[in-house]
Amino acid sequence: MRITQGTFSYLPDLTDDQIKAQVQYCLNNGWPISIEHTDDPHPRNVYWDMYGLPMFDLKDPAAIMVEINGCRKTFPNHYIRVIGYDARYGRQTTALSFIVNRPAEEPGFRLDRQESNDRVVRYTLYSYATDKPAGERYGD
Amino acid sequence: MAGSSSSDKKKGRWAAGVTPYAEMGYYRPDYQPKDTDILCAFRIIPQEGVEPIEASAAVAGESSTATWTVVWTDRLTAHENYQGKCYRVDPVPGTNQYIAYIAYNIDLFEEGSIANLTSSIIGNVFGFKALKALRLEDMRIPPHYVKTFQGPAHGVVMEREYLNKYGRPLLGATVKPKLGLSARNYGRVVYEALRGGLDFTKDDENINSQPFMRWRDRFLFAMEGVARSQAQTGEIKGHYMNVTAATMEDMYERAEFAKEIGSVICMIDLTIGYTAIQSMAKWARANGLILHLHRAGHGTYTRQKTHGVNFRVIAKWMRLAGVDHIHAGTVVGKLEGDPNATRGYYDTLLKDKLEPNPAHGLFFEQNWASMGGTMPVASGGIHAGQMHQLLYHLGEDVVLQFGGGTIGHPDGIAEGAAANRVAVEAMIQARNEGRDYLNEGPDILAKAARFSPSLYKALEVWKDITFNFESTDVPDAVPTLTR
Repeated sequence: MRITQGTFSYLPDLTDDQIKAQVQYCLNNGWPISIEHTDDPHPRNVYWDMYGLPMFDLKDPAAIMVEINGCRKTFPNHYIRVIGYDARYGRQTTALSFIVNRPAEEPGFRLDRQESNDRVVRYTLYSYATDKPAGERYGD
Repeated sequence: MAGSSSSDKKKGRWAAGVTPYAEMGYYRPDYQPKDTDILCAFRIIPQEGVEPIEASAAVAGESSTATWTVVWTDRLTAHENYQGKCYRVDPVPGTNQYIAYIAYNIDLFEEGSIANLTSSIIGNVFGFKALKALRLEDMRIPPHYVKTFQGPAHGVVMEREYLNKYGRPLLGATVKPKLGLSARNYGRVVYEALRGGLDFTKDDENINSQPFMRWRDRFLFAMEGVARSQAQTGEIKGHYMNVTAATMEDMYERAEFAKEIGSVICMIDLTIGYTAIQSMAKWARANGLILHLHRAGHGTYTRQKTHGVNFRVIAKWMRLAGVDHIHAGTVVGKLEGDPNATRGYYDTLLKDKLEPNPAHGLFFEQNWASMGGTMPVASGGIHAGQMHQLLYHLGEDVVLQFGGGTIGHPDGIAEGAAANRVAVEAMIQARNEGRDYLNEGPDILAKAARFSPSLYKALEVWKDITFNFESTDVPDAVPTLTR
């Protein structure tokens, strides 16, 4: 399966030039870029691991591409997302977030149903990737 | 009508009998509105022979302290404090209409109560005989009063963080046909639309608990669809469970059940009334469900230009009342919506500070004092082929709802959903890359359709569908056309 979190998951995977254009858009808006990666893409796994701190002072998209590629090289089989953060008063949240790397095989999720009383079903999403301990998922 | 008496001798302010409103202190051209005053702009059409100033003063009077005759008991109060004061009357060029500006002291209104605010401002005066027609165009709600309201249960920022969806409009669809589907078939539509790529599906306003589908059955089947689509996409999805019902007790019961089975969102209709809306907003904040409001019935009083309440005022009341979503027009779809007026509604719902903007129909400044934003929802006759126009007119903080434009796709509901998702992502990508997406929109979509057969089909089916009718409700100021 293909996990479709992030702003551009329904498009073909972005090329480096296309990623750079989105980075440039964020920088034009004054949004610092940060890079995060994970081996557990559960939709409620909010805190992906940070690949360094948000790059508050880096304004050069080429330098940011170096960081993105560094993260890809270190974690070739992880999900990696690029985030533009809007610190403006009244917003102070993520402005853009898109996936730039994903494992070759995406095992996806199992839906567990716990049958309860009065026809109520309690649903739990189970990340197949987490069958293995962290560090051993996705063949890394 | 006060003032129609032909007595030549001017009567004292407190003499028994009828005194023109304007002479009783309800017209005060020298009055400087205070920062704490609530200000209103009314569009009035006086009856033949009634002076516009007197008619305006009458509106100020009847929406505050006055009755038709002098009462001595006014003298037991600091009455000037409680009088509505019309401080300005402007003719609308080329019409028999006037805009009357009226200031109300903040003490006239109970803290945090839309019911009280509206009973005062629109309670009596709209049936007043001395007026042919009356419309409340805009209100300035001072921060002092804004702060007495809860505001949106979550707001736009929290909703996006909750759903983990950023940088693009959210996508939804109303399940169709809106009447007659069994709960099981209904849940099928939910499942297909969500797994195909939409973020939300929605009950329609008149789907409550009818003989063909009772609410509890619908909720259970819809939730099965939501849960399965989440497993297939790895995204958080929601179905707006409409909890609208006859009593608060019924609504709380349905909302509690929506929460129990894990829904991230529930919905209410405007028809439940302002107090019920505020109650549900309080419930939604306490229980962590996003609250969607369908503006059912608003067209009965918002659409005609000379009588009723402008939708921008309803939008303000609903942001104060505390809903997270409200339908606010599409510009390009099948329902009423002038582009400039719609921009004014969207800004009213989303921005923290607004300046007066006659071109957008905004008469006053408005300071929301950090209250969260309400997400506007665009619904009714829109499809993937209009994505460039939708993004241009409505921006990215909006829920675009494609009901027919999803479910009517020739290859199925999931394909319809995918077409919309591909279209919105391609358009956002192009916009962010700095392209002139409004003019290049059709090209951008055609290019995306090369890798998305779903979008290709959607564009084929709906390419010529537009709804070009003249709007009945447009702002008076006509700005220079920008395109």
